[in-house]
Amino acid sequence: MQYDEKRLTRIVATDCGSTTTKAILIEWIDGEYRQTVRGEAPTTVEAPLNDVTKGVINSVQELEELARLKYHNPNIKFMENGEFVIPRKGDIGVDAYVSTSSAGGGLQMMVTGVVASMTGESAERAALGAGAIVMDLIASNDKRMNHEKIERIRQLRPDMILMAGGEDGGTIKHVVEMAELVAAADPKPRLGSGYKLPVIYAGNKMAIQEVEETLKDKVNLMITENIRPKLEVENLGPARDKIHNIFMEHVMQQAPGYNKLMTWTMGPEHEIVPIMPTPAAVGNIMQAVARAENIEVVGVDIGGATTDIFSVFTEDFIFNRTVSANLGMSYSISNVLASAGLPNIMRWVPFSIDESELRNMIKNKMIRPTTIPSLLEELVLEQAIAKEALRLAFEQHKEFAVTLKGTQRQRDISEAFSQSTSGATIVNMMSLGLLVGSGGVLSHAPRRNQSAMMLIDAFLPEGITRLAVDSIFMMPHLGVLSEICEKAATEVFNKDCLIYLGTCVAPVGKNKLGKPALTAKINLPDGTVFEEEIPYGEMRLIPLGVGEVAKAKLKAHGGMILDKDKNKELEVDLYGGVVGIILDTRGRQPFELPTDPETRINSLKKWMRELKAYPEQILK
Amino acid sequence: MGQAYSAGLTVTENTVLRKERLLPLKGEVLVNKGDKVKAEDVVAQTLLPGKVVPLNLANKLGVTPAQLSNFVKVKAGDQIKKGTVLAENKGLFGLGIMKNSVTSPTDGEVESISAHTGQILLREPRIPVQVKAFIDGVVTDIIPNEGVIIENKSAYVQGIFGIGGETVGTLKFLASSPEEELLPEKIDDSCAGTIIVAGAFVRYPAIDKARKVGVKAIITGGIDDQDIKQLLGYDLGVAITGHENVGITIVCTEGFGKINMAKKTFNLLQKFNGAKTSIHGRTQIRAGVIRPEIIIPLEFQAEELTAPEIKLPVLEVGTLIRVIRQPNFGKIARVISLPEELTKVESETLVRVLKAQFEDGTEALIPRANVEVIES
Repeated sequence: MQYDEKRLTRIVATDCGSTTTKAILIEWIDGEYRQTVRGEAPTTVEAPLNDVTKGVINSVQELEELARLKYHNPNIKFMENGEFVIPRKGDIGVDAYVSTSSAGGGLQMMVTGVVASMTGESAERAALGAGAIVMDLIASNDKRMNHEKIERIRQLRPDMILMAGGEDGGTIKHVVEMAELVAAADPKPRLGSGYKLPVIYAGNKMAIQEVEETLKDKVNLMITENIRPKLEVENLGPARDKIHNIFMEHVMQQAPGYNKLMTWTMGPEHEIVPIMPTPAAVGNIMQAVARAENIEVVGVDIGGATTDIFSVFTEDFIFNRTVSANLGMSYSISNVLASAGLPNIMRWVPFSIDESELRNMIKNKMIRPTTIPSLLEELVLEQAIAKEALRLAFEQHKEFAVTLKGTQRQRDISEAFSQSTSGATIVNMMSLGLLVGSGGVLSHAPRRNQSAMMLIDAFLPEGITRLAVDSIFMMPHLGVLSEICEKAATEVFNKDCLIYLGTCVAPVGKNKLGKPALTAKINLPDGTVFEEEIPYGEMRLIPLGVGEVAKAKLKAHGGMILDKDKNKELEVDLYGGVVGIILDTRGRQPFELPTDPETRINSLKKWMRELKAYPEQILK
Repeated sequence: MGQAYSAGLTVTENTVLRKERLLPLKGEVLVNKGDKVKAEDVVAQTLLPGKVVPLNLANKLGVTPAQLSNFVKVKAGDQIKKGTVLAENKGLFGLGIMKNSVTSPTDGEVESISAHTGQILLREPRIPVQVKAFIDGVVTDIIPNEGVIIENKSAYVQGIFGIGGETVGTLKFLASSPEEELLPEKIDDSCAGTIIVAGAFVRYPAIDKARKVGVKAIITGGIDDQDIKQLLGYDLGVAITGHENVGITIVCTEGFGKINMAKKTFNLLQKFNGAKTSIHGRTQIRAGVIRPEIIIPLEFQAEELTAPEIKLPVLEVGTLIRVIRQPNFGKIARVISLPEELTKVESETLVRVLKAQFEDGTEALIPRANVEVIES
């Protein structure tokens, strides 16, 4: 059900994260929807309070206080007697309350398939798209022995299992065998001991009866449409919907306070608006924006424990999400060091530091995740680690966001099976239109220029790409809000959610240091003209404010190109932001930093100084 | 603002503790409400299901799954021994020539036989699991079939990070000051079975020596990341610990690097030198924070067991704090004011700060996020 401003004039949305519950107020003011105030409070799903609604009430109380201050109106109130007043009556109440949740570790799933790279991967895509963390993918061909698979299933304790396998009319034996392994493991749900683990079967429909016989006494089995009815067709929708239903009806019921919260989230007609897993809501809004603007989008949320990457690519707006479970800036910061290696982190640092000091600093951040870098040197180090966490997470994303294996061309089944690792990535940095960053290290960097530099160094955007950050991580709220009012969600997204940093122009290709790489003539709105033949290996920052547009004539030199059609010359509009236009001639494919430490440090300092990323004292 | 909530670790000479001691699966509780228990006593036990051993009988016999029922010699629920014949064919022409039989590789029970896949699942015998009391105390509640609640009065210190599981021993002081590094020479056979207390630091050679002489646990201010790596054989990626099997438990009270043990902690432990102590290194930073614990049970009367009200640690003027990030990392201070306005620190981050006075009388502005309340 969709509403408009006639029914929705004041909406509260919360996101119950694992550490903080964030509340925002969205109001219809002067003919448009705007996000007006925000409040936050610690999430209370765990001991000692064990009731998620306490944190919601605290965050909404802050919201009420701020709204009263903003409007100089002491009568404003959203809740009475500890519950929302819906619909709004004057100063009292709201027209809708919606929420997302990732508290208590979010939605944790295990998926199964027959062939890991085919039905297994489809199951994984469905689970990730629904907002889950995939704890493991178990497939008939995954090289583990059956008894190892059983042990693994038994250890995992997921919130639910999604079983795929076999196209309709295809293998029954392998699908049933997997069901037998699940039955033998007798898996228990993570939360609550008094209920059976929900298992969704979305495989070969001809095997339904056998799967039911095998599993019905052990688990709470639910059947939905085959996720891969034919090799060439992926049908994720029904499985995703089922996951959301189960998340609400079974998993959330077990988390402290959620059965109360689930009765609170409602629209103006008192109809329940289901709580959505936070990443699923982010996926919703990303897809809505890609379609509305007709662009390709990559979004990243780098948290303390995990890094989520969302992308929408191709003219069919294919959505992909990956979770890099152990790449984060606090709980799993140490794993970033282990995965990236010290030299990869240090390559972004414009000074030398004792290795053991750095290692201990990283470990101390891991055990005290909420601390913030007070010293400039520590800030630079944290941002260097962030670049590597983002780079690694994006590499994983590119490997996962691929064309459906077995569908690129007509082929027989044996051919499809043989291409186990193929499937080209659909992530094309040249055609990417917008790169959005969120998460503490990107959203709360002391200078926005640092956020821009982290995004550029980690993602290496190619050609012309707009950069933005979600300043207060509002995307989840807007994603779930779009379920009842797309208009409010997209209006607020455009006006209040994103802070545009600017546009990055990066010619692709290699050249020689000092040789011309890019000639840029940029007519700025104030009448001034920027014109320069920029050598290879440089960066330039040209201030251009939010909402401003500059006309640019660009010409790449040597073997370098500027867009997906391999053009070397372009006339384009470049959009401004709080940072401006960044011209990056350091090369792409390959992007290489100088290997000699002194040259590297000097180059880093030069780029950082040009981008005004850090105070001069650290760049001396 | 007069006060703010903050992260905190408890260091106290006297508190009422309440510990849930639960089985991983339902089982049998062995004690009664009101019983006095010792840390070493088993309070509940159960049998975990044995490991599942799958065998594809049909493949091994060379028959189709549908034909398998003609050859199987056992049925679901049957108890079996290693070597029990599970299925056999009749050989060529039914004459027993080249007869093929499949025997069980394990003792246990037949779980299921599938006519769809030809697979038989065998379950190995159940594995007994016991839960010990871990702390001396009184059983104040029974959770039927699941476990017990044990309460006591204890001196209690929360560590910041640890490795290794639960253990019990007597506390043995080896450090003469909170600044001291524990050297291997100080560890000898008299340390066997004890929980030794270092000062600011302990390096791998000392840890290794302690392990070899049979020390149960080490309490230290700081530890080096590379020493932990050497001890474990791998780099710690995420802080979920306590399951390590390295022959010793280690609890750090301050963090990574050489960091003086907080005087309050040092003095408390020194006071209880020689006392029976329960300790574990279990640490989980996310999804339900778990910190390592050092528990020294005290004498008490049943009526003293009134659990303190649970409250979040509060920062206010006078609160004792530990600085948990550079600069001044590891120093102990008292809050002298809590300015409301946001302050720009060296990294240009705008943060809420507090003004604190260190033990030497000097003062500093510190981001509130970079301190930890020392609770008592």
